[in-house]
Amino acid sequence: MTDYSLFLMRQLSIGEAGVTAILGYCVVFFGLILLMCVLCCTGSYFSSRDTKKETESARTAKGVQNNAVPVQTAVKTSEPAPGSAGHVKLYDVPDREAVLIMAIVADKMQKPLNELHFISIREVKDK
Amino acid sequence: MDIIETLETLWFNSGFQSFFVNGGWKNLIMIVIACVLLYLGIKKKFEPLLLVGIAFGCLLVNLSYFGPESTDALYHPELWDNFLNSEHQDYHSYGTIMAKGGLLDILYIGVKAGIYPSLIFMGVGAMTDFGPLISNPKSLLLGAAAQMGVFLAFFGAICLGFSGEQAASIGIIGGADGPTAILLTGKLAPELLGPIAIAAYSYMALIPMIQPPLMRLLTTEKERQVKMEQARTVSKTEKIIFPIIVSIFVILLLPSTAPLVGCLMLGNLWRECGVTERLSDTVQNALMNIVTVFLGISVGATTAADRFLSLRTIEIVFLGLTAFAFSTIGGLLIGKLMYKLSGGKINPLIGSAGVSAVPMAARVSQIEGQKANPSNFLLMHAMGPNVAGVIGSAIAAGFLLAVFG
Repeated sequence: MTDYSLFLMRQLSIGEAGVTAILGYCVVFFGLILLMCVLCCTGSYFSSRDTKKETESARTAKGVQNNAVPVQTAVKTSEPAPGSAGHVKLYDVPDREAVLIMAIVADKMQKPLNELHFISIREVKDK
Repeated sequence: MDIIETLETLWFNSGFQSFFVNGGWKNLIMIVIACVLLYLGIKKKFEPLLLVGIAFGCLLVNLSYFGPESTDALYHPELWDNFLNSEHQDYHSYGTIMAKGGLLDILYIGVKAGIYPSLIFMGVGAMTDFGPLISNPKSLLLGAAAQMGVFLAFFGAICLGFSGEQAASIGIIGGADGPTAILLTGKLAPELLGPIAIAAYSYMALIPMIQPPLMRLLTTEKERQVKMEQARTVSKTEKIIFPIIVSIFVILLLPSTAPLVGCLMLGNLWRECGVTERLSDTVQNALMNIVTVFLGISVGATTAADRFLSLRTIEIVFLGLTAFAFSTIGGLLIGKLMYKLSGGKINPLIGSAGVSAVPMAARVSQIEGQKANPSNFLLMHAMGPNVAGVIGSAIAAGFLLAVFG
């Protein structure tokens, strides 16, 4: 068998081990909380930038819609419509296009719309 | 030519004869263990990419090494003992290893120098999408909480009489991260590399069996049914900035994490920056496969019978299981706390994914969530803590290296 005493090894008391373990766990938390704060800051910056972009593009889309075909603005209510599965989040997609997409998906899947749950519809842009 | 004498010489040089002298029967046991590991890797698909290599390395070393007098051994543990002994003339002499070592000794240099684990991390980084973590930075708390097993097992190992270096290497099994465990053990307690690597990879493969009972025990049906809101989409720019930010903050905090975190983030930057597809592809595939070949076989080589078969190995296996279980518990407990604080918006099952082991642990969260609520899709939410666990275990390893290295 190997004589492990050849290697320089540290024998810790149980007290020292306990302190090292707690300190280590705290260091891991500290490191990741620090990272979380940094990511939250960068995330909020990018989110606000995206929101601005979305607002601008929504305005542009609305302007285009108004110029092309005057449509009645949908009345937004907090309660979902009877028989629906809830709200669908739209990103850079006008209501009219969203309705068309949902109808096409339902048609392709051969399923009635009230049996499908759309979570969100987003326009994929080339970057 | 005396035929009888030649046959006698052949017999005394053969491995078959070695089984009957100087504890050679231990090699026989290790050969059986190697075959069992090969069966688990090939038939049961337990982490096959590494376990098959480790098992075959184990087979090779125990077929060729029957003690220091073995002339044709592929791996020589005593050379590495001298390499680590500061009073020996071969202390830190890679030249002696190259001159006197066998094939597996030479391959093992990559483990000892920490090259293979770091290169594996580079591949992991290139294969990982950190988007779920960037979109929900709170996942990092779950990744931190799930390192609880590392430090509890460390404490337990000290109580069982292991040295600080050995206890640190045993504890890191709880990080559920093979390359991290190999890097730390290779540097702090190389004599335990075989049992620790085998325990780490075996438990990682057994995650679908270890975690679900703990998940069901620590969460209520109502908590498991929680459907989480879709996370925000992460822009390309954020994904490019992420590896740079992580490298800066984590390496400045703990410089000893530089090999792991640096390689992980470099691999990820190659993946995300969009101008280095060729490098990203090479790191993810060709390099990853080559390093996996070398890593598996050289880790397996450390399981020479006279080192591996001891009570210490059983203690390591037990402590490894404890570490894994407590890491899962740590993640789940913080998950429950986040469930309460968020007013029931966070499913605590994603906490168990903080043990790293990408993507197996996240898949287990998804499966358990769907069992409670078939319309529940937790996979992407669980990927956040899962990749946070990779960073968390690297920080835990960095801390232990800083203290004991």
